[in-house]
Amino acid sequence: MLHPTVVLWTAVGLIGYALLPWYGIDGNLFTFGWLFGGYPFDDDSAPAVILNLGGEKLWLAPLGALLLLPLALAGRGKSEPVFGYLLIAVGLVGGAWFLLQGFGIGLRGFQWQWLNALFGELGDRQFGMGWGALLTGVAFLFLFSLGLAARGAVGGDEFVVGAIVFVVAVVGIFIFMPIFQMLLSAIVTQDGDYSLSVFFTKFFSERLWGLDCVTGGPRCGVAWNSLFLAILVGVITTVLGLVFALVVTRSGFRFGATLRALTVLPIITPPFVIGLAIILLFGMSGIFTQGLAELFGLQPTRWVYGLPGLLIAQTLAFTPIAFLVMIGVVEGVSPSMEEAAQTLRASRWQTFVTVSLPLMRPGLANAFLLGFIESMADFGNPLVLGGNFDVLSTEIFFAIVGAQYDQAQAAILAIVLLFFTLGAFYAQRFWLGAKSYTTVSGKGDAGVHPHLPAGLRNTVFAVAASWTLFTLVVYATIFYGSFVRLWGVDFSLTFHHYATAFSVGWTEFGIHWRGSAWNSFWTTMQIALISAPLTAAIGLLTAWLLVRQNFAGKNAFEFGTMLSFAIPGTIIGVSYVIAFNVPPIELTGTGIILVLSFIFRNMPVGVRAGIASMSQIDRSLDESSLTLGANSWQTFRKVILPLLRPAILAALVYSFVRAMTAISAIIFLVSARYDMSTSYIVGRVENNEYGIAIAYSTVLIGVMLAVIGLMQLAVGRRNIGRRTGDDPQAAGWRSNVSLPGQTQPVTIGGG
Amino acid sequence: MVEFKSNAASVEFRNVTKVYGRSAAPAVNNISLFIEAGKLVTLLGPSGCGKTTNLRMIAGLELATSGQILIGGNDVTRLPATERDVSMVFQSYALFPHMTVRENVQYGLKFSGFDKKDVTEKAQAGLELVGLSSFGDRLPSQLSGGQQQRVAVARALVLEPQVLLFDEPLSNLDAKLRRHVREEIREIQQKLGLTVVYVTHDQEEALAVSDRIIVMNNAEIAQDGTPRDLYEAPANAFVADFIGEANIFDCHIEAIAGDVAVVRVGPVSLRLPARGRAAGPAKLAARAGRIELAAEGAAGTFPGRLEKVTYVGSHLEYRVLTEFGEIFVVSNDVDSALQAGQDVGVKFAERGPVLISG
Repeated sequence: MLHPTVVLWTAVGLIGYALLPWYGIDGNLFTFGWLFGGYPFDDDSAPAVILNLGGEKLWLAPLGALLLLPLALAGRGKSEPVFGYLLIAVGLVGGAWFLLQGFGIGLRGFQWQWLNALFGELGDRQFGMGWGALLTGVAFLFLFSLGLAARGAVGGDEFVVGAIVFVVAVVGIFIFMPIFQMLLSAIVTQDGDYSLSVFFTKFFSERLWGLDCVTGGPRCGVAWNSLFLAILVGVITTVLGLVFALVVTRSGFRFGATLRALTVLPIITPPFVIGLAIILLFGMSGIFTQGLAELFGLQPTRWVYGLPGLLIAQTLAFTPIAFLVMIGVVEGVSPSMEEAAQTLRASRWQTFVTVSLPLMRPGLANAFLLGFIESMADFGNPLVLGGNFDVLSTEIFFAIVGAQYDQAQAAILAIVLLFFTLGAFYAQRFWLGAKSYTTVSGKGDAGVHPHLPAGLRNTVFAVAASWTLFTLVVYATIFYGSFVRLWGVDFSLTFHHYATAFSVGWTEFGIHWRGSAWNSFWTTMQIALISAPLTAAIGLLTAWLLVRQNFAGKNAFEFGTMLSFAIPGTIIGVSYVIAFNVPPIELTGTGIILVLSFIFRNMPVGVRAGIASMSQIDRSLDESSLTLGANSWQTFRKVILPLLRPAILAALVYSFVRAMTAISAIIFLVSARYDMSTSYIVGRVENNEYGIAIAYSTVLIGVMLAVIGLMQLAVGRRNIGRRTGDDPQAAGWRSNVSLPGQTQPVTIGGG
Repeated sequence: MVEFKSNAASVEFRNVTKVYGRSAAPAVNNISLFIEAGKLVTLLGPSGCGKTTNLRMIAGLELATSGQILIGGNDVTRLPATERDVSMVFQSYALFPHMTVRENVQYGLKFSGFDKKDVTEKAQAGLELVGLSSFGDRLPSQLSGGQQQRVAVARALVLEPQVLLFDEPLSNLDAKLRRHVREEIREIQQKLGLTVVYVTHDQEEALAVSDRIIVMNNAEIAQDGTPRDLYEAPANAFVADFIGEANIFDCHIEAIAGDVAVVRVGPVSLRLPARGRAAGPAKLAARAGRIELAAEGAAGTFPGRLEKVTYVGSHLEYRVLTEFGEIFVVSNDVDSALQAGQDVGVKFAERGPVLISG
């Protein structure tokens, strides 16, 4: 008897090799149109075995031969060394050959010079891999993991080893490989040669690092602009976040819950919408500008385009994120620390300065770095508001889509941007990770947080109130603006924009989605709905591996999977364009590439949601399930998953919503057939059709608000150990269970 | 070497009530108590009885809903924690994790108007007092639980407070260390003559360290007295049962003559201190060690049947079924030949049974 899992994966591999079309086919596999297009003998849809038998693409033949090898294991037990070693060998050799032929042989024969030198010109070529190749590759991957498990890796657990190998493989293929290819293209010149000197000239150019503005010149280098803006935004959002957190937790403020609801705003707001609102308020035809012009005769200027506007827009957009982080931090300071300070004769003010604030320091740095990364990665706002103030993320875009089409320039800009964000990410994880004062411990912690000193309290109230008011004005502007005929010129109210975008008609065939926005709207819904469950699944699987399993290289694994948080969407977009435009993986122009970019952009959301809720499920539940005879897959499915239902739902909704608001990566990947809402809106903004853009944005915000609302209803409000009464001392004392950094996954719109 | 002065002051509660929020049940209900200067007084009771709330009201971390609190004869009812001359050792120690041990100990001194030299000297003296003078530059996270506990004590002590408060200070230590640390606390308290208010739910700990114990139950004081009073003459069934184990008997007071009551328990008649009770039905508490077993039908006994005999080395434990229900008896006579199933006579020891209220 052959081991059943070996049978499964060998069969999958053979189906891929001998039954399905090896190369990518036009159209959907599941409509089976390819069956009638000359299959199996037509070259376009032939399986590899037919090609080989016909004497074509002979480099695929070893794959088929390798897939037959596991059959030799019939009758051998899993514990026999030959079982494991053979599978490892088949997996390794097969996988390596699979990749080698894929990357080595492309559209113009051999891809690498040394292959030409070795074997001479190939005289044949191959296109992007298809379903057959996919199944075969997957089979090698899992045969390899099966072999590892049989040799005792991670306690010999097939499911766990398989899951680890799978996650590593997909993260490698869809995050690291594209980034690597993009980095590589930085040293490719316009003529297709490799040149380090050109790279260095471009890398150290004035355009990037010039400091003219300091000495009175017109503009500074793009890198300095981005850095300066990001630091400013980081500082301001951190301060505002702290202010809001103090208002909610330390001032006896009665409407804290309402204020907390503000944190949902950046999740449901497409990133550039704030920028749009700023234009409507302060732009040339903005209400404030025009009001001032009428009242004081001030000449309207374009002051808001550039640093000031970006600063306002990004601060508006990212303050709620800092707020979310700071709430956890402020609540994480143990009340008995502060009470101890008070009994040691420190006044409220002295307690705040000497104890509360120092204990919050790591959290403050954390919030700053998040704001920094968000600002660096922000694409939508600079696109609509940047003016002459160029930043890295938009420069990358213009290097790719502009008239210059300079892939190397884009890659170099991306390297600089990546350097900044990864630096901040690294600092956040390793420098701060070691410095966290987890003052809330499991020990009996009786006490209540003291209120702020009166002076500070009033300041904090004033700042929070004015900023909240401003935020409300901005959102009201968006809503109101969608009904205004022509902002700044004709303020009469109209449904015209909604009608243009979303009108519905009847024809003899049924509903006719006549509005101009419907096409992109339905595409967005479809792509978001497909990618959400996949994102949640891979995120939770990864979280489970991180929380519950111990294996060699776990830290590197965690770092790798969380990394895409710090990779700006622009860079993902560029690298996907560069990596997936040519064989072996040819995906540009398809819907699949959109789905993939969402999955791997949003994966950390699922991972964080999973980690947060899995850490609360006691390990003994798993262990008892395992000792009761369930294997790890059954434990995962029967014990962990049911307990994780809220986390699953949250991960689903957040990845759905993020897919709907994303812009930065998407704008590189959309095609005429697969246009997305956000890129459609940006297109309208570029054509100065603000009305439709805002109306569409309002609809999106409404849709997402509804989705989040439904989720809240479904999950129910989570109330962990918080007192409910208005009196902050209602229950006297309590154990404080809020864990800093683990409050909620910080999620934001596309970025 | 800096000597620590004792600024010990008395603490007085006058009809203090504390109600949290809009809760109907008070956490502390109309309590009056007086703690003399220089004494260690323990607040003892089951969790939720209001003892910690009492402590926090002395500290000024909670303000009383009604009533008056006096420290050293001065009314501090409305003063916040900062302005009271009271310091506290927290259950979680609450050492500031971002400061070294020395900085922790100096913390309160810096806010008390001492000059730099005094701050340094006093902090050093405080660390010496608890035997940690060489640990000043460590961070709290680098100390063991017991050491952290002593830093917390030093930090509170160096302020020479009028009252020093301990909130379950031993609950995070292991059993062996607990005995050691509580002796240390008692030693320092007696050496410096401090007023200490100590909260615990562990009756053994309370008996061991206290000059006086205030037992609390359901937001009220159940009994206030010396450890010996509480153990040997519990005022009511709650105290009798909470401190040590006691057998409770229904009885009838037949006559009162001055301080002496004539009490009938079943067939037995006893003469006991009246403790202010009137004639009529009453309750009697007797510790397991204060009940003796004799031959069936012996004089001054009531009948019982031995249900169970357990040998535990140092003594024998008996369960006896009587007309008052099952009672628990401990005897040091480990050579006794009594067997389970045997009928015996049950007798109260000379000193032991006390009248208690319902």
